[in-house]
Amino acid sequence: MYDYVPGKVDWLAHNLEVEGERADAPTVGGVMRDDVVRCAQTDRVADVRESIERSPYPFGLVTGEDGTVLGRVPASALDPRSLGPVWDVAEPGPKTFRPHHSFENVAGHLAEKKLRWAIVTTPEGRLLGVASREDLERAG
Amino acid sequence: MATGIWLDQLIEVLDRGAQVVEVLGADDYAPVHLPGAINLPLRQLDEQAVSVLDRGRPIVVYCWDSL
Repeated sequence: MYDYVPGKVDWLAHNLEVEGERADAPTVGGVMRDDVVRCAQTDRVADVRESIERSPYPFGLVTGEDGTVLGRVPASALDPRSLGPVWDVAEPGPKTFRPHHSFENVAGHLAEKKLRWAIVTTPEGRLLGVASREDLERAG
Repeated sequence: MATGIWLDQLIEVLDRGAQVVEVLGADDYAPVHLPGAINLPLRQLDEQAVSVLDRGRPIVVYCWDSL
């Protein structure tokens, strides 16, 4: 016999399939998108800025080799002429959410902190996607 | 005695045809549970309850979290 130690919340937090009466209930995982720019700590500032400008988002995320979110980099903080490492200007340790969190909770938190975007990760911090406050409020 | 496993190991065990048992109450089980999980609330566990399980296949139990 085995004991799945981290339990049901861990399964939900990895955005895995579930069954039940509320299996289709709206969650952040249902509206998040996974096309945000990801970069390594050593990527050059100018290159990351260029990637962000081609994306639908005003920021990118610095991730480790295993996809763990390390920091957030707003395009506005990136000097297009800088060849230095992006980590030098990143905002380390951004607030993250799990995919099973409800629209209301996440949208409420974003509004309280005057944030526009939710970064969604697994419990281990691996990036799953991002969701905008606008999308969460509209979907909720 | 149950062997503690984490997500990667759980997926391997599921691939081997494990039966999954949620030991929370029915009110917690009904809204959302792991695919294929059956509900055997811990407070109601007895010989009769576990007789629905196939002892020839791996069994995985889980509750809400690790606490």
